[in-house]
Amino acid sequence: MLTANTPYSSLIATEKGQPFLLTAEEREAIEHAMHHYADPRAASIDALKIVQHNHRWVPDGAIHAIAEVLGISAADLEGVATFYNRIYRQPVGRHVIAVCDSIGCFLTGFDELYAALQTKLGIKPGQTTADDRFTLLPVVCLGACDRSPVLMVNDATHFNVTPANIEQVLEQYP
Amino acid sequence: MSTSNVNLGLTNVGPETHPLTWRYTQAGKAVTEIAEYEALEGYSALRKVFTSQQPADVQAEVKNANLRGRGGAGFPAGIKWSLIPMGPDAGQKYLVCNADEMEPGTFKDRFLMESLPHQLVEAMIVTAYAIGATKAYIFLRGEYLLAAERLNAAIAQAKTAGYLGDNILGSGFDLDLVVHTGAGRYICGEETALINSLEGRRANPRTKPPFPQLAGAWGRPTIVNNVETLCNVPPIMLRGADWFKGLSQGKSPDAGTKMYGISGKAKITGLWELPIGTSCRELLYTHGGGMADGLELMCWLPGGASTDFLMPEHLDLPMDYDTIMKAGSRMGTALIMVVDNQQNIVSVVRNLEQFFARESCGWCTPCRDGLPWTVKILQSIEAGEGEAGDIETLQQLTRFLGIGKTFCAHAPGAMEPLQSALKFFPGEFEKGIQA
Repeated sequence: MLTANTPYSSLIATEKGQPFLLTAEEREAIEHAMHHYADPRAASIDALKIVQHNHRWVPDGAIHAIAEVLGISAADLEGVATFYNRIYRQPVGRHVIAVCDSIGCFLTGFDELYAALQTKLGIKPGQTTADDRFTLLPVVCLGACDRSPVLMVNDATHFNVTPANIEQVLEQYP
Repeated sequence: MSTSNVNLGLTNVGPETHPLTWRYTQAGKAVTEIAEYEALEGYSALRKVFTSQQPADVQAEVKNANLRGRGGAGFPAGIKWSLIPMGPDAGQKYLVCNADEMEPGTFKDRFLMESLPHQLVEAMIVTAYAIGATKAYIFLRGEYLLAAERLNAAIAQAKTAGYLGDNILGSGFDLDLVVHTGAGRYICGEETALINSLEGRRANPRTKPPFPQLAGAWGRPTIVNNVETLCNVPPIMLRGADWFKGLSQGKSPDAGTKMYGISGKAKITGLWELPIGTSCRELLYTHGGGMADGLELMCWLPGGASTDFLMPEHLDLPMDYDTIMKAGSRMGTALIMVVDNQQNIVSVVRNLEQFFARESCGWCTPCRDGLPWTVKILQSIEAGEGEAGDIETLQQLTRFLGIGKTFCAHAPGAMEPLQSALKFFPGEFEKGIQA
């Protein structure tokens, strides 16, 4: 039932048609992050990551819900969310593969690795496998050029990844 | 988790000669516990400063030491600090560590933070004291999760030990240190874009002036320094400016050591802390063992994607800020990347420009539109489908996207490898133009 106090965010349907509500833990974590800064909006990225950690991505309704906690407009927060490539505004698979495509990896076998991944997974960059297991994305230099090619799967960095050993990396992520 | 090769082949690695890495080499592993760090002279610079020195003394010592910014620009840290207002009326000030290491080819700050987290924490406390900042942030790229974990643990241990928090060692000085993690985008490494990102905004650069030293984070005086720059501060305070100047062993008028590195197809890749001014030849052939079997050196990037290519004939130059600048490039982060003779230079430059085009923040037109245009032309030349006039257009773009034509240094940096490749390898580009 709608009242004058109904949060606007609860009126925004998610992809499943359900309104988005922050959990108590999420709200608490966001408020904790806000205390680190002179202005609550500085916790924008922290807040987006908190929600993304639980939902894999940031649904539309979450933008409104987080913006309310931070006291900024949803449009403002959307501007932040869409700027940063590690914030996902579309659904992603259970595991996100971020392959470094910068020059260090390019010199040591990125093209072959990227092609092998696309063949193995049957998807192109930006897509998610039909079984929802993997999303494939490019990423800037991961700061391990001495152990290239490099990629991350979720929070873990894998070094010296080649078409020959890619299967051993992927099988760690069911 | 594997770690970079560090100081491989170096002997006699000690505090007098390798102030940034000796603890790691001596311990043979990452030094993450405060007790281990303290046993290796850890927090002794902090104790010395907090018990016997004024902020002005620290500023003077660092200025005398001629410590130049290790993030790539080489601006003297002491001069940067001297622009910040001091005194009782200065109000809230901030210290921000730029730990957003994303310059392609660069992996030194990752090592410093993962392997010696307390070293950076100590450095930030001493620096915050020197500039009178009571709040400090480590702006860490989001992908460096191990560094985040270890820095947060180090901060918690330092708090317990009384090195952080209120009234540090009875000095009356308070400091709160927070690890702020990002969510991607290379442009966050630009000083003013970093401040916007820290404030929870899109990472567009800001107009300068005002410089951050006067109006930075939340409009307050702010100093932004790179990880490696800051890590040099405690050793300078412990052993003095003269000792620091002597570390370059006469190889360069610059002072200190430098984290040098090698990537690309060299025999050995990794990191070495060497006197600043060490030649690329020594780095590549003595420490890196030369190029991998069967390969020859075609050209090299001295310090990241945004530096001009140099050639084999430049190998003997001392790797310092002014020498590499005079040779037509920039030392940048000083982690060299070797390009071997089996690479197609047009493809290499195309990859570099794709990186810059994607990472443009889109704020100003020359960068937002000029970089994708550059990529498009390079792709057609790469495919052998270049048209008459394409090379001239690329040359024109290097001027139109150059220094002074754009809001920040992103596009001018992107033009550095392009302009140097056009200069050194004109024939390779001409081959891609249709007759």
